Amino acid sequence: MFETSFFADPTTVMLGAATGLVFGFLLQKAWVTRVDVIVGQFLLEDFTVLKVMGTAIVVGGAGIYGMMQLGLIDGLHVKAAQLVANAVGGLIFGIGMAILGYCPGTGVAAIGDGSRDAVAGVAGMLFGAALYAEMYPWAKAHILGLADLGKETLATATGLSPWWFIAGLAILAVLGFKALETWEHRRAA
Amino acid sequence: MKSLLKRPRWSPYLVGAGLGVLSWITFFFMGKTLGVSTTFVRAAGVIEGLGAPEHVRQNAYFAKYLVGKPAFEWQAALVVMLVVGAFLAARLAGSTRREYVPSIWAERFGPSRSKRYLGAFIGGAILLFGARLAGGCTSGHGISGGLQLALSSWTFLTFMFASGIATAFAMYGGRSHSHV
Repeated sequence: MFETSFFADPTTVMLGAATGLVFGFLLQKAWVTRVDVIVGQFLLEDFTVLKVMGTAIVVGGAGIYGMMQLGLIDGLHVKAAQLVANAVGGLIFGIGMAILGYCPGTGVAAIGDGSRDAVAGVAGMLFGAALYAEMYPWAKAHILGLADLGKETLATATGLSPWWFIAGLAILAVLGFKALETWEHRRAA
Repeated sequence: MKSLLKRPRWSPYLVGAGLGVLSWITFFFMGKTLGVSTTFVRAAGVIEGLGAPEHVRQNAYFAKYLVGKPAFEWQAALVVMLVVGAFLAARLAGSTRREYVPSIWAERFGPSRSKRYLGAFIGGAILLFGARLAGGCTSGHGISGGLQLALSSWTFLTFMFASGIATAFAMYGGRSHSHV
């Protein structure tokens, strides 16, 4: 914005727009754009969120690490493991997500799904972002540097092949979701 | 295919697989990962910049994302189109849903719209503050970071679910509910 144009090049913007269209479409089709579903997950009554995220992680992970193995992509886009910030941020995020009933992506998509309260949520999110920007120097001085391990993955941190984790997660997902479906079936009956 | 697009609710596994494949596509063709919350930083900076451009320029966090960089880039376009994508998905299924107060909230806190909007605003503020401290949200950390096995993201996910569960039970745990 400052010292450059407001918009990125049209190709980048169009690709982002196409991605968002599909992303929003998928989120609505899972109904994770609805507060009852998200809060239902935290109340351990509706496991849609876990099923969506678990499947996305296993399918996505197998593909990304597969493409890496084949040399189709150069490397990962991993965020720094600033473990105290990740943990405290996660704690704060969970509180906000339970109160709001959406996460940032599903909250924006919820507007398209007809949830009017999501507009207030999005306004709150803008406020929260601005608040963090004001507090950033403090966070940088006191929190971000704690337990800062850099861009580690579970594989690089343990020295194990990533495929152990992908395979483990895949097995856990298949068995776990199968058991979950059986339990949900029995509960509904 | 046509009937699938019109179906109101898809299997969560199908949607999850779709998000996984969408991640391959953005990674391979665009060199990008799905994410949302950084856009809120840029948008907040742009809005604040309308009134106080110098303040925004001098703020180290806003500067990181806005100085010498376009404000409306790949992820901003993604975020805007989330609304359109969800709208299309709902409309194709014939949904004309309009919800002001979610039913689970109304059961517990009553039907007041202003109360819910205030709650949503506060929740949203806490949510985004946490996301920026953690370095990402359910998309950037949860899906993109989770599938790359990022240590940061699995740490975030663990604490996010724990506190979400604790907060939800504190807020709603006492309600009389029937399993539906």
